[in-house]
Amino acid sequence: MSSQPNARRQVYLDHSATTPVRPEVLAAMLPYFAGKFGNASSVHSWGYEAREAINDAREKVASLIEAAPNEILFTSGGTESDNLAIRGVARARKSKGNHLITSQIEHHAVLHTFEALQKEGFDVTFVPCDKYGLIDPDGVRKAIRKDTILISVMHGQNEVGTIEPVKEIGAIAREHGVLFHTDAVQSVGKVPINVNDMNIDLLTLSSHKIYGPKGVGALYVKRGVRLTPQLTGGAHERRMRAGTENVPGIVGFGEACRLAKAELPEESRRLTKLRDKLIEGILRQIPDVILNGHPVLRLPHNVNVSIKYLEGESILLNLDRMGVAASSGSACTSGSLEPSHVLLAMGLTHETAHGSLRFALGMSNTEEDIDYVLEVLPPIVEKLRAMSPIGPGSGL
Amino acid sequence: MYNDKVMDHFFNPRNVGEVENPDGVGQVGNPICGDMMRITLKIKDNRIEDIKFRTFGCGAAIATSSMVTELVKGLTLEEALEVSNKHVAEALGGLPPQKLHCSNLAADAVRAAIKDYYEKQGIGTDIEIDEDHHHDRGHEEEENIAHNE
Repeated sequence: MSSQPNARRQVYLDHSATTPVRPEVLAAMLPYFAGKFGNASSVHSWGYEAREAINDAREKVASLIEAAPNEILFTSGGTESDNLAIRGVARARKSKGNHLITSQIEHHAVLHTFEALQKEGFDVTFVPCDKYGLIDPDGVRKAIRKDTILISVMHGQNEVGTIEPVKEIGAIAREHGVLFHTDAVQSVGKVPINVNDMNIDLLTLSSHKIYGPKGVGALYVKRGVRLTPQLTGGAHERRMRAGTENVPGIVGFGEACRLAKAELPEESRRLTKLRDKLIEGILRQIPDVILNGHPVLRLPHNVNVSIKYLEGESILLNLDRMGVAASSGSACTSGSLEPSHVLLAMGLTHETAHGSLRFALGMSNTEEDIDYVLEVLPPIVEKLRAMSPIGPGSGL
Repeated sequence: MYNDKVMDHFFNPRNVGEVENPDGVGQVGNPICGDMMRITLKIKDNRIEDIKFRTFGCGAAIATSSMVTELVKGLTLEEALEVSNKHVAEALGGLPPQKLHCSNLAADAVRAAIKDYYEKQGIGTDIEIDEDHHHDRGHEEEENIAHNE
């Protein structure tokens, strides 16, 4: 890339934003663009071919989370799945109650959906987290009222990587006859998920976070759970999601799920090792750095640190010039004037939140990549801190 | 996101640091907002003889700091006071819209430093520095966008 004159290596560490499509996935998809182009609803061989491909993919997606194939609805991605789960349940169960529970640290696809429902007249409780970004199941229990109809708490926190106690929260929900949804976009394929063991009624998945194509995702809906469809039209996806199926996308997503399941135990171990090497290296080599998120209950691919006295974007620009892709929860990168709502909910000061950096590891990363980051990051921090008017390095 | 000129000032900032025994010091913004700039001035015969900056902030914050030091170095104080945040953004060939209000306060820091100089010299001045104006304006803008949804 032309803006990386000093890069001796290309190190992509933003796999929580998106991942490349794996070659095996791309190969599986290609026949379904032009050759096998049929509409799965059609009553002829072209249609049957597409229908079979979708059924096959549905089995693979279901298998990754130990669900039954008919409990999987294909959607356009994580955001649509979250919307369908939350709005769909809220509307279907409106006569049963008006109260919804979620957490303060959800992805915006969940958070803003609840905020929209709040404007429509639903009561929403946003439960807090602790300093590690962990949601206390007991806090959720205490928030439950007689009119609570839905609880939604994410599985793997997308910014700080904390793995939430969804199994416990699911058990509490079930005990109270409340439906439980979890956004598992960041944890699917990274940690084992069994929707039955974990007491989950609805679960959001996304394809492009696990080396599948963008524009496709799924919602697991436990058998018997009723939803009000949010897209009306034809009878696709068991009348729950109208619209001609994105056959190539669905086929790619299915293949990505199959590969993720086969490789999960080993890849998870490998990523955890790289993750800990990067965390330890940063904490050892750079003074005044804190680890954000839980040290142990953590997604295998997530590293999130705050580099004190610096603002995240200025570090990202320097890293990019050295060929390293990462992200930050600073205001400048969040697209608003406030830094990440997740870091603030965890009790970080604005200043420390502005200096957050997330490295999200993936399939392509090696030990050499981590060594390279640990080589280029400290001088960047040193240079920027020398420029900063705050902190011990400023001499002020 | 940023043009080449902004990137040049960000990666090769001019006049970084602190002038020794400054005649004027100006500081605007704060780390809570994500941007803080500190300008130190050496003034001789009513002209800015030397100027240095220290900035905590994003790419735009650092680039505008660097640019303002180039723009005002050698100017008389009256001339320097005429340099606005808008001039700085224009000199950089433009900034992304979301950066115009939140990270573009380098000229304010210069004005604050000149004000400090006047005060130290016992010279009366009506220079007003609204340190938080960028932040408030940003919020208004955010609300307007929200209303349009």
